[in-house]
Amino acid sequence: MNSRIAFVAFNTFREAVRDRVLYNLIAFALLISAGAILVGEISIDVERLVVVNLGLTAVSLFGVVIAIFIGIGLVSKEIEKKTLYTVLSRPVRRWEFVVGKFFGLTGTLIVNTFFMAIGVFLALLYVAHRLQPSDLSVLTALYFIVLELLIVVALALFFSSFSTPLMSAVFTFALFVIGSLAEDLRGFARIISGFTGIVASGMAYLVPNFSAFNIINQAAHGDAVPGRMILYNTLYALLYSAMAISGAVLIFQRRNLK
Amino acid sequence: MNSSRRVSAVASIVLLASMACCMVTLQAIDRLRTRPVIQQSLYLRSGKLLRRLSLGYTGLLADVYWTRAVQYFGYQHHRNSNDFRLLAPLLQITTELDPHLIPPYQFGANFLAQKPPNGAGMPNEALTLMKYGIEHNPDNWRLYYNLGFLYYTEFKDYAKAADAFTAGAKLPVTNGFMPVLAARMAQHAGEFDTARMLWYTTYQSINDGAIRDNAVKHLAALRVDEDITHLEELVQKYRAQMKRQPESIADLERVGFIHGMPTDPNGKPYRLAPDGRIEVEDSELIPYITKGSPSSNGSSANIASGTPTAP
Repeated sequence: MNSRIAFVAFNTFREAVRDRVLYNLIAFALLISAGAILVGEISIDVERLVVVNLGLTAVSLFGVVIAIFIGIGLVSKEIEKKTLYTVLSRPVRRWEFVVGKFFGLTGTLIVNTFFMAIGVFLALLYVAHRLQPSDLSVLTALYFIVLELLIVVALALFFSSFSTPLMSAVFTFALFVIGSLAEDLRGFARIISGFTGIVASGMAYLVPNFSAFNIINQAAHGDAVPGRMILYNTLYALLYSAMAISGAVLIFQRRNLK
Repeated sequence: MNSSRRVSAVASIVLLASMACCMVTLQAIDRLRTRPVIQQSLYLRSGKLLRRLSLGYTGLLADVYWTRAVQYFGYQHHRNSNDFRLLAPLLQITTELDPHLIPPYQFGANFLAQKPPNGAGMPNEALTLMKYGIEHNPDNWRLYYNLGFLYYTEFKDYAKAADAFTAGAKLPVTNGFMPVLAARMAQHAGEFDTARMLWYTTYQSINDGAIRDNAVKHLAALRVDEDITHLEELVQKYRAQMKRQPESIADLERVGFIHGMPTDPNGKPYRLAPDGRIEVEDSELIPYITKGSPSSNGSSANIASGTPTAP
């Protein structure tokens, strides 16, 4: 990796992990994982299911909130703290700044997810007393959540390259909701014909497809995920992130920072 | 090319390339995933819950669900599926969200009750929908008509059909056919003319293309059933007079029982089967017929399809 990108990435990571709000969010997610044990106990025969469902849902939703929270401050926070000018006055190009930010935030999200995942596995261990081979699907689900967060943070960066933090958060969250229903959107597009159908199909393919990353229910039932699915989802997440980051670079290149 | 332009060019290329690759990858993911698509899933089945979740925007949500119901039915029908299990909850949710939206009731009266593949085969759900509609729209004659129509076509309960038509006829704004239909239910419920009048009223009182198309098909099927009933009577008359079976329909023409070769609504001539039954050339082209298809045994027509027993 370009040393300047690595420098921005490292500093972004260091800056992000210092944020106390993140710890609160992670603590809350861990609390929910622990709460899943209690919920599981008042149900019948579904303790493991509840722990996996509730735990992974908490990881996913809190992960999305964290990703949006840290992703929207690309420019505004840096301008507010006047650090952007210091960075850009050095031989750091704007595209390097954006890409470095993305890598730094991705690292932060991976670490956050790792801690939240430990919480889920501890809860699982408490309920089932031992881990089973089928718990590998929980690991796959966690990997997919990381991929999902990769796209969310890329989108947050994209929006923050031209918008205010509040609007960036709204746009990103709206796209997250739309993307979670992307499969339905494509279902609708398939049954509409003519020009409207073409537009609907285009829109359906343009929004991020988060539904493919959500295998929480499958993981709760211990169903294996095909290797090709993991490969395609990885490819998709990388490509979509590349697309959003390229968009962010294009806009950030032209942005007047005065 | 300066550095900034070079970065922009590379970023544009990456953007377009990744967009194209995203679509290809997504298609590959879609092929792998076997999860049913939108048409098969209904996340929330409670209209009351959706009403609360809509934060007051019930009208818009009702429109969305109504569109979804139509798309669902069209999609399932298009792929020749007999599974319409979501139609009833979709229409129920739509009407719970907006009880004054009339098209879902009319759609339900026609397509919820009819047997598959032309409908969901859920007459009781259709009846509940109609009663709910009347409860919330007591001044709309169309709903009384649809209720009577359901009692007539699906339940063969002519007395209740007459009650519904009579109630609809008493409304300040009503259709001219309503009192006639109410009167006919008492004496002539099983006649072709009554069924024809019902389907014609459906045709002329509704703007929905699918419902009108359905009514046209039923009217065509009624014509075929009536033609065949009449022709089979003539075959029997021929047999009685000539003491032999006619070889073709032309024989009926030769003895002056008919003038010209009778044809079905598609312009194709009817034909005489060796067992004396009259058949249409292609029964697939005329849905809802209860007589004239090679498989039918020539028994009386079925009122469930809206076609009455031959008088």
